[in-house]
Amino acid sequence: MGLERAFADEPAFVPYLAAGDPNYEASIEYVEALARGGADVIELGLPFSEPIAEGKTIQNAIVRSLEAGMTPDRFFEFVEELDVDVPLVCMTYYNLIYQYGDSESRSDSENASGETASEGPRPFVEKAAAVGIEGLVVPDLPAEEAGPLRTACDEFGLDLVFIVAPTTKGDRLERMLEQVSGYVYVQARLGVTGAREDVDDATEESLARLSDWDVPKAVGFGIKTGDHAERIVSAGADGVIVGSALVDIVAEGHENGDPVDEVADRLEAKARELKDGALRGAAERPQPERT
Amino acid sequence: MSTDDAHDPKFGEYGGQYVPEALMPAIEELTDAYQRYVLENEDGFMDEFRERLADFGGRPTPLQYADQLSARYDTDVYLKREDLLHGGAHKLNNALGQVLLAKYMGKERIIAETGAGQHGTATAMAAAHLDMPCEIYMGETDIARQRPNVFRMRINGSEVNPVTVGRGTLKEAISETMRDWATTVENTHYVIGSIVGPHPFPKMVRDFQAVISEEAREQAIEKTGGLPDSVLACAGGGSNTMGTFAHFVDDTDVDLYAVEAGGSSLQVDEEEGVAPNSATLSTGDEGVLHGARTKLLQDSDGQIMESHSVSAGLDYAGVGPELAHLVDEDRVIPVNVDDDIALEAFHRLSQDEGIIPALETAHAFGYLEEHHDEVGDTVVVNVSGRGDKDLETVIEETSKRDLDIAPDMSIFDSVGRSPTSQSSGDEPRDSVGGGGL
Ligand SMILES: Cc1ncc(COP(=O)(O)O)c(C=O)c1O
Repeated sequence: MGLERAFADEPAFVPYLAAGDPNYEASIEYVEALARGGADVIELGLPFSEPIAEGKTIQNAIVRSLEAGMTPDRFFEFVEELDVDVPLVCMTYYNLIYQYGDSESRSDSENASGETASEGPRPFVEKAAAVGIEGLVVPDLPAEEAGPLRTACDEFGLDLVFIVAPTTKGDRLERMLEQVSGYVYVQARLGVTGAREDVDDATEESLARLSDWDVPKAVGFGIKTGDHAERIVSAGADGVIVGSALVDIVAEGHENGDPVDEVADRLEAKARELKDGALRGAAERPQPERT
Repeated sequence: MSTDDAHDPKFGEYGGQYVPEALMPAIEELTDAYQRYVLENEDGFMDEFRERLADFGGRPTPLQYADQLSARYDTDVYLKREDLLHGGAHKLNNALGQVLLAKYMGKERIIAETGAGQHGTATAMAAAHLDMPCEIYMGETDIARQRPNVFRMRINGSEVNPVTVGRGTLKEAISETMRDWATTVENTHYVIGSIVGPHPFPKMVRDFQAVISEEAREQAIEKTGGLPDSVLACAGGGSNTMGTFAHFVDDTDVDLYAVEAGGSSLQVDEEEGVAPNSATLSTGDEGVLHGARTKLLQDSDGQIMESHSVSAGLDYAGVGPELAHLVDEDRVIPVNVDDDIALEAFHRLSQDEGIIPALETAHAFGYLEEHHDEVGDTVVVNVSGRGDKDLETVIEETSKRDLDIAPDMSIFDSVGRSPTSQSSGDEPRDSVGGGGL
């Protein structure tokens, strides 16, 4: 049983941070603080230079992390060094997955006509599994293009988490169901990542469309407060994913030059607020049981 | 013409649809519209497009015999005059096609990215012409460098949204336009500016640009009684390139040269993530960027490099997947010329033929100058655009280089105003310029 287990007993709180933001050492502290604050799964961003699904907050986090020297290999070291007892998911863009472990063979790829010498996503997934990553979220990889990554994830026992958007309906939804594992990432609103002041109605509509899916539904994009988390869980979500609201705390601490342990305490407190909100939401649900 | 059906997203291994799920329904809708309106001429879409290209755009453009260059190279040189298209570049072929398609699809708003501002300008013109609200994303570096085109877009009624992330050039502008689209996809069409991005954009943009070679092939036969030995076009993303090649692809005796920007050097600086060129077809390797698998300038981890070229419109780390495929198939020959050669070619065409080319276009002529004995007896060169937008850059870059061929600009000294004074208040610029499609 993969990532589903994190959603089994109570609503899950799934925080996101860009690994290495604003630097490697501080980031380790911050991720560990989230675990202390009640995280059930942690999504770690491996920064890519062209993050097309990201709003300003996370774009800036990615720039800080890259400037501080983050690379895929450093990322894997980072994961190994973390002292946390919750499942870890890597969120990144496909080119980094596709290029990993492949720098030599790439130039040979023209020889084999039609057949690339590239090993594709396999080396990345193998390495991710080896350092203890349990799942992947790849925002620029729709189900159409996910075949090779799905195969590699199956081989190494990783979950491949898909994003269901407010625009995902009908056939697309059905086709996606065939590929989903771990949990589905329900995108709460159209657009890019970023903390918002309200909860969008699209969230409830999306949850309703997915109500008979037998896989945990974690809602993300725009969640900022414990009250948001409460409302979303009471509407039927099995978990809440929160990124930008946490990255904002990292960014502010960095800009003000605050000590790392103070920023870590703020993250832990924010995590607790969000987790408590999710728990309240579950208590309000008429039928908390999932089938 | 390299035909293929609307629903096949690939060119060999290249192409595909690497975009956020939120965009996929819109991309499916667009693929369907491309099939029906563009490929099957439903509701007379293509007829209306052709008519507007003629009346608003000024098509067909001439295929002109270049007297001086032909004598200089002892080769018959023909110029496909896309610089005479409304707006001053080939970009309108695509922009008009896509804005019209958006209208047929019932979309209410147009967005586009631009680097050099040529595509933004063409889109702003098409949107004004077809009465659609339009917003253009442009990197802040490019806004500072390509002021004339920013004015043109504003004057045509478009919003211009500065993009402040990263180096503030084309790559960032495309990413930011995709972000807008992910938010507004239900009522908005993204008019992408080259044969890049997720399927169906590369095919659709090529089809709109293919009018260039449809005309050029017929005109060449009419004027010379046969096909040319070679066809040359500059390549950034590659839309003028594929437009100029499309109807010659099946004529396997015709050599097709895609001339990229060699910038200041073909070497890369892995540490800094900078490639001082944008010779993607010659030096890039396979990867995924902006929705497509294609050749890219990237470091060994897969992070995208910052490209550079004196020509803003060629300055992009990716290239159209169809061109990448045709290069692997040995059908298209990828070549490049550096900033210096392109600048000289700019002056040569201006002086010898009375045509001031875009700096992008000048690369194709730079290649002709260097390799005219390898291209056969008859050659067609696409004049993808006019160079008015580039005058400030050219004057500045020329004065740095002391080119023999360049005209003397000291006339400005006698009237107390340096030729570059207009831009001297701007931020310091690096030597190789920047920008995009
Ligand atoms: C005149 C001209 N030629 C060529 C290009 C390069 O674009 P593409 O490679 O898509 O033709 C541009 C882009 O701005 C341009 O303005």
